[in-house]
Amino acid sequence: MLTKRIVPCLDVRNRIVTKGIKFQNNVDLGDPVEMAVAYSDGGCDELVFYDITASAERRSIDIAMVRDVARAVHIPFAVGGGIADLDDMYRVLDAGAEKVSVNSLAVHNPDIIAEGARIFGSQCIVIGMDPVKTSDTAAFPSGYEITTRGFRERTGLDALEWARRAEQLGVGEIVVNSVDADGTRSGYEIELTRMIAVNVRIPVVASGGGGTPEHLVDVFNLAHADAAIIASMVHTGDYTIAAIKAALAAAGVPIRKKW
Amino acid sequence: MTVIIDYGMGNLGSVQNALKKIGKTAIVSSSRAEVSAATKIILPGVGSFDMAIHNLHKMGIFHTLKEKIINNNTPTLGICLGMQLLTRGSEEGKFEGLNAIDADTRRFDFTNVSIGLRVPHIGWNTLHQKKESRLFKEMPDKARFYFIHSYVVKCTDCHDVLSYTNYGYDFVSSFEKENILGCQFHPEKSHQNGMQLLKSFSERY
Repeated sequence: MLTKRIVPCLDVRNRIVTKGIKFQNNVDLGDPVEMAVAYSDGGCDELVFYDITASAERRSIDIAMVRDVARAVHIPFAVGGGIADLDDMYRVLDAGAEKVSVNSLAVHNPDIIAEGARIFGSQCIVIGMDPVKTSDTAAFPSGYEITTRGFRERTGLDALEWARRAEQLGVGEIVVNSVDADGTRSGYEIELTRMIAVNVRIPVVASGGGGTPEHLVDVFNLAHADAAIIASMVHTGDYTIAAIKAALAAAGVPIRKKW
Repeated sequence: MTVIIDYGMGNLGSVQNALKKIGKTAIVSSSRAEVSAATKIILPGVGSFDMAIHNLHKMGIFHTLKEKIINNNTPTLGICLGMQLLTRGSEEGKFEGLNAIDADTRRFDFTNVSIGLRVPHIGWNTLHQKKESRLFKEMPDKARFYFIHSYVVKCTDCHDVLSYTNYGYDFVSSFEKENILGCQFHPEKSHQNGMQLLKSFSERY
């Protein structure tokens, strides 16, 4: 049986893992390679790295770091942030990442996403979306608008419509990162995640708000997410991956118990 | 020397990194001479079916590979798309595969499955071993490996099937016919189990 995936997220700035709340007030946490090894040996199922300032600074991703991570861990990982064209996708995948995560690029140039999926295979292309709640339901029927560049830019795109469009473009997975819940540790945005998960036929990864194992139980059982991204709750040392998995197993969520 | 076939689609480092981790050396190559001299071949898996076959032809190693695998009996491990390339062909593309095993590659079809499942099949799933193999020596049944794929192999001869995995239905997650092995999962990304499997391929074939 396929298991649900627990995915620690490492936000990287100048080759240091950092964590903020709603993309602000970042605190430095450690070395990305060392943290990747610790989480991999600790039983996480995948990893994701975001070069959080690459997009805003309009520069390419740190390929040397991707290469170093690939040498040190032997589990799958995705890399995102500042992917600007097909060359960037190729370089990230060639450096050893399993998947490349695109966000701003997808919004501004959807054709490149379709082309990337065609060349590298759908399974390599992940679309990350940062929806924010809006009361303007006339313009945004789902109640959420897509933002980019770390919440700095609104796009005018409806979240659900964009998720469906992404599926049509051929992406292999959608990461739904709630801007409102990011870094709050008060639970995933169940309604938003569920809305996307039941309306697309590609895997959906919940992100933003994970603070306790119960939050993960809910996002798997109630929102039908296939994977959940965690950050603060493990970065702070409050929980280990093993403890989270034990709680998930007790709640009947299928997880990978041996690693 | 083990040769990891480079068909220009990237991510060959992962297999090489994994081999290095278990103390094995391998070269990444698309040179006809080096492929000809290989004592073991690993066909990694990145990209789409036609793109990979097209590149093998363009690099002039398609026929060399066939010769090595089919006539010279060089132990060969196809991983993910690499496994699919060993079949007659794929629903994903139009080109003929390496045709090294009686099998075809098809997209996941959930028409007869009541619950709608997501494609690609991404994540850790279990192998149900169907026959004895040096590849699975000391590997417990139902060990978990990492999968990430939308297409699956259908073997014509069920005796070639090494393991099944369930995702909506049982599909072939690995096959073995004489020197020809394929796995739909990624051993190079499957942590301890994956390292053990690559070690078995390196040492027992």
